[in-house]
Amino acid sequence: MISIQKQDFSLGDEYAAIRARAGDAGAIITFTGLVREMYGADSTAGAVQSLTLEHYPGMTEKCLQDIQQQAEDRWPLLASRIIHRVGELYSHEQIVFVATASPHRQAAFESAEFIMDYLKSKAPFWKKQKSENESSWVESRDTDKAALDRWQKT
Amino acid sequence: MLSIQYFASIREALDRNEEELELPRDVKSVQALIDYLVKANPNFEAVLKGGSKVLVAVNQTVVDRNHLLAQNDEVAFFPPMTGG
Repeated sequence: MISIQKQDFSLGDEYAAIRARAGDAGAIITFTGLVREMYGADSTAGAVQSLTLEHYPGMTEKCLQDIQQQAEDRWPLLASRIIHRVGELYSHEQIVFVATASPHRQAAFESAEFIMDYLKSKAPFWKKQKSENESSWVESRDTDKAALDRWQKT
Repeated sequence: MLSIQYFASIREALDRNEEELELPRDVKSVQALIDYLVKANPNFEAVLKGGSKVLVAVNQTVVDRNHLLAQNDEVAFFPPMTGG
């Protein structure tokens, strides 16, 4: 199940929902990403006040469904959940949520990390950061691509 | 009609969200479309010829510059993704 939404989400509600769907799971991993004040390394811009997330309606949904399917094909998942927020989000707000449920913890940990690595550099979302002095588009980072590359099957 | 959408920094730099155009007969590939758009809008050159900083999707799948276009395709230009 995937959602792209403006509104916030409740970790408690989401955990209860995936737990109810997960049958005989032995492990549920939940990951929540937050908006940081120190986004870029550029300290001259001042602390980040907000991020505005843009997406590509249609393609973004397809990409999230595709990554969820890849994770389900690769690990024995009983349930998974992806929420990504869009629009303007302020520092310390929740921005992304990934949950995976599996009979054993290793598959749940790995698949949650795989989904996050994919979201970082393959799903069509773009962040614009606003600080006191300026607003600028966040540049993609090579470390995010490297994180994704390690999942390539050889 | 070919539809073209622009996102994020590319949308802002071009000051354009989307457009539709009849695919000219000699425009066969993504690269040819970029050349065509730059010819029609010289100010697009610095933005659309940004190499790896410009990704192109056709029908919502990222493709390379040699990808062949068809009438009614949905084309999108955007920078590398920064989600999560």
